[in-house]
Amino acid sequence: MNIHEYQARELFQKFGVASPKGKAAFTPEEAEQAATSLGASQIVVKAQIHAGGRGKGTFDNGFKGGVHLCKTPAEARHLAEQMLGHALITHQTGPEGKLVSTLLVAEAVDIAKELYFAILFDRTTSAPMVIASTEGGMDIEAVAEHTPEKIIRVSVDPLIGLQPYQTRKIAAALGLRGSLMTQATKLFTALYRTYTETDCTLVEVNPLVVTPDNRLLALDAKFNFDDNALYRQPGVAALRDKSEEDPREVAASEFNLNYIGLDGNIACLVNGAGLAMATMDIIQHAGGKPANFLDVGGGATKEQVTAAFNIILGDKAVKGILVNIFGGIMDCDVIAHGIVDAAKETGLSLPLVVRLEGNNGPAGKKTLAESGLKLQSASTMADAADKIVASVHAA
Amino acid sequence: MSILVNSKTRVLVQGITGSFGAKHAQLSLDYGTQIVAGVTPGKGGQFFEHAGYKVPVFDTVEEAARETGATVSVVFVPPPFAADAILECSDAGLALTVAITEGIPINDMIRVKAKIHGGSMRLIGPNCPGLVTPGEGKDSHGGCRIGIAPGHIHKKGNVGVVSRSGTLTYEAVWQLTSRGYGQSTCVGIGGDPVNGTSHLDVLRMFNEDPETEAIIMIGEIGGTAEEEAAEWAGAHCKKPIAGFIAGTTAPPGRRMGHAGAIVSGGKGTAEGKIAAMRAAGIAVAETPSVMAETLLKLWGKV
Repeated sequence: MNIHEYQARELFQKFGVASPKGKAAFTPEEAEQAATSLGASQIVVKAQIHAGGRGKGTFDNGFKGGVHLCKTPAEARHLAEQMLGHALITHQTGPEGKLVSTLLVAEAVDIAKELYFAILFDRTTSAPMVIASTEGGMDIEAVAEHTPEKIIRVSVDPLIGLQPYQTRKIAAALGLRGSLMTQATKLFTALYRTYTETDCTLVEVNPLVVTPDNRLLALDAKFNFDDNALYRQPGVAALRDKSEEDPREVAASEFNLNYIGLDGNIACLVNGAGLAMATMDIIQHAGGKPANFLDVGGGATKEQVTAAFNIILGDKAVKGILVNIFGGIMDCDVIAHGIVDAAKETGLSLPLVVRLEGNNGPAGKKTLAESGLKLQSASTMADAADKIVASVHAA
Repeated sequence: MSILVNSKTRVLVQGITGSFGAKHAQLSLDYGTQIVAGVTPGKGGQFFEHAGYKVPVFDTVEEAARETGATVSVVFVPPPFAADAILECSDAGLALTVAITEGIPINDMIRVKAKIHGGSMRLIGPNCPGLVTPGEGKDSHGGCRIGIAPGHIHKKGNVGVVSRSGTLTYEAVWQLTSRGYGQSTCVGIGGDPVNGTSHLDVLRMFNEDPETEAIIMIGEIGGTAEEEAAEWAGAHCKKPIAGFIAGTTAPPGRRMGHAGAIVSGGKGTAEGKIAAMRAAGIAVAETPSVMAETLLKLWGKV
């Protein structure tokens, strides 16, 4: 799950991570009020969408740039009027852009030095890891590749957390001495608290800046949260902005389906995540292109299969459907009835290939054969993939 | 022989009175597995009854282990309580805990893993189908089924199977059984990014197990566990290994169902894993339809 920049600033304020003062504004009036309350000599107004490249984007009304500097509250209001309620098109949004309904109005700070600081969950060590670098404001993966000596890595023992000596070690490596070291220790500790107490898998501050008057501030941040922990993080779950997500994926999640849209034309419906990935792979191997990843889970009830068909059919690029179910515990005949009912209920007319294997498989195949539906039965995954690819190519 | 568990293994079930735990405890009893105890806090003294079996339920793992001699636990406890359930097994001195629960927060699991590190208990999972050592009866009855795998698709034999995915494991097992080749033990290590037992750990065990003659290793995108296992196998494993990696067509940066199945920062790609496996002499199946066939060819059986 991703959050907006203004929400990240609010988390920083809550956990005491030093960052420039800022406020969210949903109307031009609020933008003006926010700018007034900041009392800053220089103000930045930023469109809040999840896509990158905001500064260089263009609004659907022709207004250029999703990030603007200004000096007065009146100017902030004027900028807000041209940004709010309009779609911002950037290289990441696609041609239709993303509707801007929120702005961040913040104190603009002068920058003497840009640094990089992140805490992430490291799979290799099964522990949190701090990654820091003097090369802030850049693509950190490029820095790691070209100048690996400029990357500082510190592993954190999850049982005792980030220790003060570790924060000093990182500060020293970043060249933060004197009062900046004290500020760094405080800021890194607060960030680690944010990371653990909100169940993050990533907090990335890029850039972390030193101002000419020697303040250390987290300027921009990216958060990733552990979806498994959202049940105990209602405050974080409330930050979810569904308008930023693929509507098909939002619909799928409401039925406990795991759906990810892709750009092919053969949809698949599978039980189990590994088998679902393998089904996409075998479609490609047979010469087709998968339209989605879809795991209906272990149960695959009629309601779930119906919902899954509806989501698949909502994708107009889809020209055929492959259902691949390994009924281990589930009775294949029950699943077959679910597929038949769902296909009838959704008025399915596209080519459909069903591969049912496992418990009570022959009865399931008989149910499919006698359903009166125009579907093909397949015995193996390879057979199923060949059949659906051939049908889609013939259509 | 087999690895980790056999027909004599005495198993307790944490969460036996919940619907999911109860259903799979029943299926394990039907399979002939020694389910000797259940644990549900607050329900100690009750009995879990099924088809003539009467399994005592205890309030704590320690009591259950002491009273029944159980050495292995299977965890069906919901995510908020699962980390605690695993630590309770470690404290009670169990040899093995198999965590089926899907959806345990990462921060809970990294603490559990750090806490049990260096101790005597092995953890398999979480978010895994569990393990099966097939028995000699009809449809492999009489074996040890711990978790949620369908027992009847197995057959006693000499192929070890290790996998991160449940249904792909069943697929491989069914391909083997359909061709007349049985399994020594099948281990689902789970789809989470933090797990107790890795591919490498299981390969080592299969390598030492006299009953295991050949191995199928199934992986998927995300992390580097398959690469590490392959590197070790290339240098040390004496037995033929066939493999499959799911997720060749998965887009980077997206989590494919399993919490651990994600390509990030260019790491954990299917291509990288397949290349590492081939470099180690592992025969990688072109499609999931030919996992057994690929092994049988390498093994000289076809």
